[in-house]
Parts: sequence; structure tokens; C-alpha cells
Amino acid sequence: MKVLVAVKRVIDYNVKIRVKADKTGVETANVKMSMNPFDEIAVEEAIRLKEAGAATEIVAVSIGPQASQETIRTALAMGADRGIHVLTGEALEPLAVAKLLKAIIAKEAPELVILGKQAIDDDCNQTGQMLAALLDWPQATFASKLKPGAGEALVTREVDGGLETVAVKLPAVVTTDLRLNEPRYASLPNIMKARKKAIDQTTPETLGVAIAPRLVTLEVKEPGKRAGGKKLSSVAELVEALMSEAQVI
Amino acid sequence: MPALLVAEHDGQRLKGASLNALSAARLMSDAVHVLVAGQACRAVAEEAAGLDGVAKVLLAEAPQFEHASAEDLATLVLGLAKSYSHLAAPATTFGKNFMPRVAALLDVQQISDVSAVIAPDTFERPIYAGNAIARVQSKDGVKVVTVRGTAFPAAKPGASPAPIEAVAVPAASDRSRFEGAEIAQLARPELTAARIIVSGGRGLQSGENFKILEKLADRLGAAVGASRAAVDAGFVPNDYQVGQTGKIVAPELYIAVGISGAIQHLAGMKDSKVIVAINKDEEAPIFQIADYGIVGDLFQIVPALEAELAKRLANR
Repeated sequence: MKVLVAVKRVIDYNVKIRVKADKTGVETANVKMSMNPFDEIAVEEAIRLKEAGAATEIVAVSIGPQASQETIRTALAMGADRGIHVLTGEALEPLAVAKLLKAIIAKEAPELVILGKQAIDDDCNQTGQMLAALLDWPQATFASKLKPGAGEALVTREVDGGLETVAVKLPAVVTTDLRLNEPRYASLPNIMKARKKAIDQTTPETLGVAIAPRLVTLEVKEPGKRAGGKKLSSVAELVEALMSEAQVI
Repeated sequence: MPALLVAEHDGQRLKGASLNALSAARLMSDAVHVLVAGQACRAVAEEAAGLDGVAKVLLAEAPQFEHASAEDLATLVLGLAKSYSHLAAPATTFGKNFMPRVAALLDVQQISDVSAVIAPDTFERPIYAGNAIARVQSKDGVKVVTVRGTAFPAAKPGASPAPIEAVAVPAASDRSRFEGAEIAQLARPELTAARIIVSGGRGLQSGENFKILEKLADRLGAAVGASRAAVDAGFVPNDYQVGQTGKIVAPELYIAVGISGAIQHLAGMKDSKVIVAINKDEEAPIFQIADYGIVGDLFQIVPALEAELAKRLANR
């Protein structure tokens, strides 16, 4: 079974982001970038499927500027077999990303596509579902367990009240939630080996996909700030404050 | 044209997030229709019909909607889409699951997690875990949105009930099959619906220690939540998680115990009306957003707080 994983280069989750003074977006210059954490979980799951003998090849795809190749290298160092980079300029919307992935999938014909449930930059949580719809494939989002079987995959999903298990016929799209696995760190020998793995580069034009944005970002601003409150020294003071001042109990 | 809200429910009642999403939908269009898809769920349709601002309820009853797959829901909504200016759903795991499928099939870029409706085509939504707010305008013909419940008030019952109309149900997909669910049976209120939440973090040190929070929560009639650190450490299940990757909550009172206040966690609770922080590290970022803080050992403070509440609430 061939598995395709999609990986996105985002601002590292430890970075405290800053809104640009002109309100056009957030500051990305000289900021540490990493693979989207949910995508790391997707790569890890694909590798585990390969280690268990269920997957035969793992293709890691990233869509974005030239530097996205670093993100693909990270996936290759973790254990993906080869990479595909779709070179684009500006940040793309999930619909455009789903269309590009669909075009790649038409050539690669994987049986399983694993993506992170959301990217921690735009927090959209759309790409996997959109891709499944465009391919007319079934989907299993927010996966916390994935078990491939004959012609289908059994997926346990994290839903608001607890867990739900669905069986989806392959080919299918799965999106990862936090507890699916703990991604490994790439070892130094594997980082060296990854340098020799192939990354093919293509463009939206070559793939014949229109990527013009549908949304106009009018402004990006800081959220309303909460004023810090006061420190109290006893629980009696706290209960008094909650009852008389805040009146919430 | 009216807006269509796809309601989330449990077969008997609407989920709270549907009531918040209805308030948002009313800001998008003068008329709002509500779609209730389920199996033998007429009671839910009647509840929806009784809400203020609902012009019509569409009822789709079929076996495949008992545990509706994203595939079947998307097909149903897609068939109704052409009569509407907006398609909306709550930004819960229900809405997040099927709505992007609808958007993609309509060739529309969805707007997720809408936190403000500025104009029928202009919305605000949080990005970067709520550390920035983007105002976006959609150029698509139909607007497809999911709504952040905590940003809008819950809809109230109206004067006279709206009509309920049955809609034709398309054939079910055979590509996805529901196998089962483990839905936590909580003795306490649900996190997203609770008026008071007591949340624990890594400072609790073990799942066993969450019992002292549960005691405090029961004293207050509160729900129990947790930070991602506590979930990752295996103290409590993931459905307790409050934060960017968990649930977004905005109760009247949020008591954060042994939670340092990672950006990821703050994203899920900073719209709470009153925040209390209990932490032994006085430099913990949670104190910067808390209305009231106590620095100290939670294992002493939490039981003392529970005892003090018992005393004070008994006098009332």
C-alpha cells in the first residue's frame, strides 16, 4: 500500500507570534519555522504502517515556497521515502491546497492519504475533508487510532463527547489528532541519508490547478487583551471576591 | 436569500452550540432555515421550530443520519445549497467534519470558526491559536462558515413556531460505516455548556489527584477540564482538553489549577468571564490573564477552597 502524507511549513509552535504593525498579517521574517505538529503525527503514522508491513512506500508532499523543501527533508529524515514539492508564492487557502493534492494523487495513486487535522497557523481544519470530497473518497478525521485491514481501514476518531469508530473503504483520507502517536526525532544518520532521497519539484501551472484566493484578508489584528487581575493571599479572600465582587457563585 | 444552519443534536435535543450558531446565522441573513438531519428526531425539529428567528425547519429523517457520516451529511446539504446565501454549522467536531466537504463540492473557500459577523460577506476569525484575529471578506457566491459558539449568545425561544418541512433524502454512501462509539457518560455538565469549569494541568501530577478537582467541581456544580499537558501525561482522557487543539470554552468562571498558561491553553479559555489561577509558580503566564490568583501549593489550596465554599454556600 502506498501512503501519501501532506506536510506544511508553519511558524514553530513555541514562537510567540507578532501581528505586523500595518495589520496585513503576522511577522514571519526571521522566525523559526517547523513542520506543522499534526503533520509530524501523520508522517509518524505512515512510518509505523511501513514498519508493520502494511505500507510499502511513503511519499511526503509539501506545497509552498522553496523553503518548504526543508519540511520535506524532515519527513524524509523521519522515514518517508521520497518527496514532492509544489512551488508556490503566497500562502494558499485550503481549497487550493486540496486541489493541488488531488492533482498529485491522480498521478501517484496512493491507497491512503494522511494529513494533520489542522495547521497551527490558519487553524482552518479543512484540507483533508476538502481533498476527500474532491476525490469522492471517504474520510476519517481526527484519528486517534488507525488500523488498516483488507480493502478498508478502521479508524477511531476523537469527537466532542468521546470516541467514535468508523470503517472507511480504501482509498481514503485520514486526518490526525494528537493522541494517534508520538512522532520520533530523526536520528543523525537518517538526516544524512535523507539528503540523498529524491524530491521532485512541480508547480500549480504544471499540475493545471488554479490557486487564486477566494478570501480577501482585510486586516489582521491583536485579540482583545485581558487585564491581569490581583493576587490574593487566602481562599477566604478568593471566595469573598467571587461571591461579592465578581458575583459568579 | 435565507441562510441555512445545519443543527447539531443528540437525537433528542439540540446541542448548545447550535443555539449559538443560530444567533450568528441571524447576523448573516434576515431569514434562517434550520436543517435537522437524524433518525426519528422530530422532537429536535420541533425544538428548533420554536426558536426565535427560525423561519423554517427542514427535517431529514433516515437511518443513515443516526450516526451521520460526513459523506452523507455533505450530500444532503449540497442538494439544498442552491436556495441559500449562507451555509452555517457550529465549529464542533460535528460541523468541522462535514462542512469542508460541502464547501469543496461547491468550489467555495470555507471560513472556519467565525467569531464575529461584520457584514453578510465579511467575518472575523481567530488564527494562530487566537493570538491574532483575521477579518476576511469572501468573494464566493455562497458563504460556507462554521461558527465559534462561545462568541455568540444562545438563541432563545420565539413567539410562534416555524413550519417544519420534510426534505428528500439522497441515497446513503456505502464507503464509510459506523462501527461504534464510546461517549463518556458524565455526571457533571458538559465542558462546552458549563457555567463554571475547574481545570487541571501538569501540576496535578497524576490522574488520581484529579479527584480533588472533582470534589471542588461538584461543590460548584462545575465541569472538569484539563490542559493538553495533563492529557498528554495521561492523567485524563482527551475529551477533557481545553485549548487550541481541544475544546474552546467561555464559562462565567474558569478555575485553572496547576496550569502554567501555555498559549495553546489560553486560546481555549481566555474568553471566560472570570478566570481564577492557582499555581505554585508566581511567574506562570496564567496569572497575566487571571482576574484572581493565588500563589501556592494546590494540594493545600484546593481542599481549603472546597471547604471554604462548603461553609459559605451553606450559609446562603
